[in-house]
Amino acid sequence: MEEASFEPKIVGFLCRWCSYTGADLAGTSRVQYPSNVVAVRVMCSGRVDPTFVVKAFADGADGVLIAGCHPGDCHYLEGNYKAMRRVPMLKNLLSQFGIEPARLRLEWVSASEGEQFAALVKEFTEQVRALGPLRWEERVAALSESA
Amino acid sequence: MITLTIDGKTVRTESGTTVLNAARGAAIEIPTLCHHESLPPYGSCRICLVEVTQRGRTRLVSSCTLPVAEGMEVNTKSEKVMRIRRMLAELFLARCPDSKVIRELAAQFNVTKSRFRKPVGEPSSIVGEEGCILCGMCVRLCDDVLKIGALSFEGRGGGRRVTTPFGEPSDVCMTCGACSSICPTGAIEHHRIWEHVPQRIPFEFEEGLTHRKPIYIPFAQAVPRVPVIDKHTCMHFKTNGCKVCEDNCEAKAIRHAQEDEMVELDVGAIVVATGFQLFDARQLVRYGYGRFDNVLSALEFERISHASGPTGGKVLKKDGTPPQSVAILHCIGSRDENYQKYCSRVCCMYSLKFAHLIREKTHADVYNFYIDMRAFGKGYEEFYKRLLAEGVYFIRGKAAEVTDAAESPEEKGKLIVIGEDTLLGLTRRIPVDMVILSTGIKPAQGAEELARLLSLSCTQGQFYLEKHPKLAPVDTASDGIFLAGACQGPKDIPDAVAQGAAAAAGALALIDGGKVVLEPITSEIDEKLCAGCKICIASCPYVAIEFDEEKKISRVIEELCKGCGTCVAACPSGAARQRNFEDVQIYAEIEGILHPETEPVLRE
Repeated sequence: MEEASFEPKIVGFLCRWCSYTGADLAGTSRVQYPSNVVAVRVMCSGRVDPTFVVKAFADGADGVLIAGCHPGDCHYLEGNYKAMRRVPMLKNLLSQFGIEPARLRLEWVSASEGEQFAALVKEFTEQVRALGPLRWEERVAALSESA
Repeated sequence: MITLTIDGKTVRTESGTTVLNAARGAAIEIPTLCHHESLPPYGSCRICLVEVTQRGRTRLVSSCTLPVAEGMEVNTKSEKVMRIRRMLAELFLARCPDSKVIRELAAQFNVTKSRFRKPVGEPSSIVGEEGCILCGMCVRLCDDVLKIGALSFEGRGGGRRVTTPFGEPSDVCMTCGACSSICPTGAIEHHRIWEHVPQRIPFEFEEGLTHRKPIYIPFAQAVPRVPVIDKHTCMHFKTNGCKVCEDNCEAKAIRHAQEDEMVELDVGAIVVATGFQLFDARQLVRYGYGRFDNVLSALEFERISHASGPTGGKVLKKDGTPPQSVAILHCIGSRDENYQKYCSRVCCMYSLKFAHLIREKTHADVYNFYIDMRAFGKGYEEFYKRLLAEGVYFIRGKAAEVTDAAESPEEKGKLIVIGEDTLLGLTRRIPVDMVILSTGIKPAQGAEELARLLSLSCTQGQFYLEKHPKLAPVDTASDGIFLAGACQGPKDIPDAVAQGAAAAAGALALIDGGKVVLEPITSEIDEKLCAGCKICIASCPYVAIEFDEEKKISRVIEELCKGCGTCVAACPSGAARQRNFEDVQIYAEIEGILHPETEPVLRE
């Protein structure tokens, strides 16, 4: 079956100060974790434009991870709060497209949490794997047919 | 100025001075008992009597209460004066035959025996065996100076005595202990004034091994080396009285009215060097810290072994005798799954230092219980080897317990350290006289709040995270904030000094440069696309966007922009752009990641 060998493609938007450094720490500490999440470095989780997420899904991503500094720890004071407010709206939007909101995830990873980052990637990869491939085009086609 | 003659010597002094002070100013000694600089003159003991001739009339007056007058002739050592002082000394000696102060005073006048009987009367409720001479210093101090008023005189004649109201425990006494410390004969037994025994104030710097006063110099090398007043124990802040220290300070440097100040400084760089605290060995009940007298924490032993410490550098047990054998238990709180998982790094070496000092100073047997010997620095391994040659015993295995339950005659009265010797495969019971716990290093108290204040990340339980473990070990993620010392992680003195120097250099480079280099990632707003909705202004945490009222557009102030890009994500018209993080660049990254050709990467 295709599902058995399905490797989800996940785009990770990682804030440069906490989460990207945390991912770096996971790497320098030689922590093993799936390579399904590929990182896009942004200065702040608040920089993540909703169009980035939609574009990632449209271009073939099976999941999107946004990771920023813990609340109160944002290098830019409150950028992560902006992300925190955008994500529920985005999830709402995704469900209107017929996409499971669980494919988008916002998490807090600090610069010292290499282990936690690896665990998060592991868990999210399995979660997306369980959801199966997204097949954006099929879904959008189905959506426009029903409309 | 007033001129008078004392013992034939012409003395000039200010008016209002007492004859006693004038004489002392001229280096003429007059004995006193009830006189104290902080108390108003009282004249109750009469031992300071002098013969004064004024306007042809000669009389005997107590010098502590007599103000100087022009042309006064004072004789402090006339035959008459000395005769009366001898008589007074005899009377005092009769009252307090056991008091050292009184016996010494009497000896000055060649009085060693008294012809009088000890007065018979009901003893005061607060005075012990030493005997009260009724000088009233305690009463005056408590009443006039400390403004507490727990003590007073009672009775008349032979029945006069110092006591608390109705001879019952006082409920106004604040157990400051001033009465017993001022008492010239040491007669006051404080626990009789109140049930509470005055608690001496533990000296923080000496780890509570000695005591201090409410006004004290924090430690010998303190900079500036000036005394400080502990507001929580100083009586002035409780009763609004006292200020004895202020009266005694010749330089008039003491100001009780001084308040704590919050100083606000605008700075260009911050070096965080908040240090560490020791693991509290009380948490590990099995090692007996706090239960057994001779179980010491590392810092306590450090003070004991130090030349300026409470024992003057002699290694002594609590009872003042040198130990015959000492055990040093490594890794207390460190490398412990239940407490601190990490290695505290310095304990092995300071434990070796302790072992060396004990051997040198006492020739006692020293047993080190260790997990691994981590002699990691230059010359450290050689030091370890030297200790092996010095005959220090090393037992590989973490000690399990310290107990005083003896199982054999040679263990009697000793502390027994129980632990497994993993090299021999045996459980050992080592009876020793002293146990030193090599307590581990923890982040300083308040490290978490400071981290929040300065936006610092933390690792390993609140040690601050450096920007890069190898390439930027003194920088932090926040520009202009540097780390030095143990706040970043356990480290020994050479490492802390090196890091401190590097942090200072980093800070100076910032200040000396006069310019700050900004990353080229600031936002800009395209005038043509901006609709003037001001959403970006609301989203900017740095107030780095201003609104041009004339053109009805927003504009980024580049110097203030830190390049977070929040405004870019928020801009509904796509007018805001972030340099080097342009939307198109990120789109390209997304495309690159999701391009079929990159899939082999995903599949490893």
